[in-house]
Amino acid sequence: MEKEKSILSDESNIRPPATQVGVLGWTKKNLFDGPWNTALTLLILFFLWKVIPPLINWFFIESRWASTSAECYAADGACWSIITYNIRFIIFGLFPPHLQWRPLTAMLLLAGMLFYSRDRRHWGKGLGYAWAVALFVMGLLMKGGLFGLAPVESTQWSGLPLTLMLSVFGMVAAYPLGVMLALGRRSRMPAIKSLSVVYIEMIRGVPLISLLFMSSVMFPLFLPEGITINKILRAQVAIILFTAAYIAEVVRGGLQAISRGQYEAAESLGLNYYQQMRLIILPQALKIVIPPTVGILISAFKDTSLVVIIALYDLLKTTQSVLSNPKWMGFSAEAYIFIALIYFICCYAMASYSRRLERELGANT
Amino acid sequence: MSSAGQITANDLKPVTTEPKSDESPIIRITGMHKWFGEFHVLSNIHLTVARQERIVICGPSGSGKSTLIRCINRLEEHQRGEIIVDEIKLTNDIKNIEKIRAEVGMVFQHFNLFPHLSILENLTLGPIWVRKTPKAEAEETAMYYLEKVRIAEQAQKYPGQLSGGQQQRVAIARSLCMKPRVMLFDEPTSALDPEMVKEVLDVMIELAEEGMTMIVVTHEMGFAKSVAHRVLFMDFGRIVEENRPEEFFNNPQHERTKLFLSQILH
Ligand SMILES: Nc1ncnc2c1ncn2[C@@H]1O[C@H](COP(=O)(O)OP(=O)(O)OP(=O)(O)O)[C@@H](O)[C@H]1O
Ligand SMILES: [Mg+2]
Repeated sequence: MEKEKSILSDESNIRPPATQVGVLGWTKKNLFDGPWNTALTLLILFFLWKVIPPLINWFFIESRWASTSAECYAADGACWSIITYNIRFIIFGLFPPHLQWRPLTAMLLLAGMLFYSRDRRHWGKGLGYAWAVALFVMGLLMKGGLFGLAPVESTQWSGLPLTLMLSVFGMVAAYPLGVMLALGRRSRMPAIKSLSVVYIEMIRGVPLISLLFMSSVMFPLFLPEGITINKILRAQVAIILFTAAYIAEVVRGGLQAISRGQYEAAESLGLNYYQQMRLIILPQALKIVIPPTVGILISAFKDTSLVVIIALYDLLKTTQSVLSNPKWMGFSAEAYIFIALIYFICCYAMASYSRRLERELGANT
Repeated sequence: MSSAGQITANDLKPVTTEPKSDESPIIRITGMHKWFGEFHVLSNIHLTVARQERIVICGPSGSGKSTLIRCINRLEEHQRGEIIVDEIKLTNDIKNIEKIRAEVGMVFQHFNLFPHLSILENLTLGPIWVRKTPKAEAEETAMYYLEKVRIAEQAQKYPGQLSGGQQQRVAIARSLCMKPRVMLFDEPTSALDPEMVKEVLDVMIELAEEGMTMIVVTHEMGFAKSVAHRVLFMDFGRIVEENRPEEFFNNPQHERTKLFLSQILH
């Protein structure tokens, strides 16, 4: 106490020494703090000097952006031409080329809707209707067969539109299902409780791949003769069921964090179970678990690429089939970097949106 | 409880509204028992509360005071006997339970405000969703009660931004917005810093003056003396003694009561 006082009163104008502030101070403190750290810093600098220039060279300077594959083989750098030359197949896959404006419009519509819905002030009944209309339009654009649009078989849906469809619907449907399962697991009704527990534990006990296999190979065996269910739909259901189980466990964690007093206060006002959950418990519980929930949604998004194994032509599959073309063989690094970039942009958008949501909701309490 | 003995009867004017003994009682509990597993928390409880009557319940920790009042709005379920609230018998029928809960206000030791809702939203939630009151009308009522507990200027804030005493007054206002027939208080001041106890007790006294039926679990003996029509003393899950406050404090009948009073009043 004594010492603090003297600093405050007598030497309040004194500043820290120049070597401790600014760029110089930061460098000294973080990079050259003793012989061990100095050695480490120098080693890393040497490593960067060895790696970065060749990488830049490969990426930009020696690279080909719009050439034939023969020119690519002759050059030393990256062959981005594999992307520019095949971009329509990578993005739209088997969709009839002259109709590809339709999935493009659908994706732009989706992006626009997501962008608009980002702002919580826009949430409301109107936005709900807007989504209903937008979904109908997107479906129409993909499927056709109405208003003079040529019909397109769902077996031709592929590439990025398929990936986005599987993941967006997967997440949107899995979230409420997961919340219901979490509530079910905490239910006082034994039947509902054990059903939820069995469901969650069974799904979590198997890998997504096996669920996808089951949906594509085993499930049709149980259907009556002559009835087939669309392959994409089956994969979609498998993804939803799988993701929901994980969401359920995360949400259950959030529910456990809500104190008994909140339930009691809600009950003592005479709110019924549904109102208690919707108005008091879930808004608090779901907010707490935003970070792990978004983690699950992000991995669900990436896991949609597993549908390759049941021969759906998602973004990964269209890229792979370009790579299997002898003309473009050997440029897999470039191709994978490109789709990694697409995945990264989507995942990063989700992650930063979750941070924003947390910040906005956190401001209240 | 350092503040318990400090407020003496001299500090507070007695509240004079009388119970309406000619009408049917608001609460009638007969031969009620409750167990937690094997543990017999409440045994053979008989209690009749008239409209506009004010009852203070005291007793040592663990004697079952909270459990008793929580049985009245079914936060706890009793196993034997009968509880009738405002002519409705408490059974497992959830619709009846919700109806009773809407008529019975409850104030908790730890306030239990909803932290994600503003003060105003905390107050209008019940009326809007349970009573189906239009929003504008619910807000008007809410502002009226916030004025009453002298906190109207905080309406747009969130519970976390208020002091304990302010939060408890909001909690009282939240219950009042439901226009309850009876109010239950479970140690409403014991989680508060001493300087905030009075602001909450003042609100409760005002409520008493307006003729609210109240059952209050508290160790504030000054409050009991000036406000209660009857004081109940509980021990080991039984109502050991009940009497008018002056009799109860000046002339306790049972040894346990004497011991308890000597401990709490020094
Ligand atoms: N949910 C429960 N399960 C099991 N036992 C419980 C439960 N709630 C309370 N009890 C026990 O019942 C007894 C009475 O509890 P209660 O909360 O009614 O006491 P109290 O008189 O309000 O005490 P305090 O003054 O400490 O609040 C205590 O022994 C307590 O441990
Ligand atoms: Mg208690």
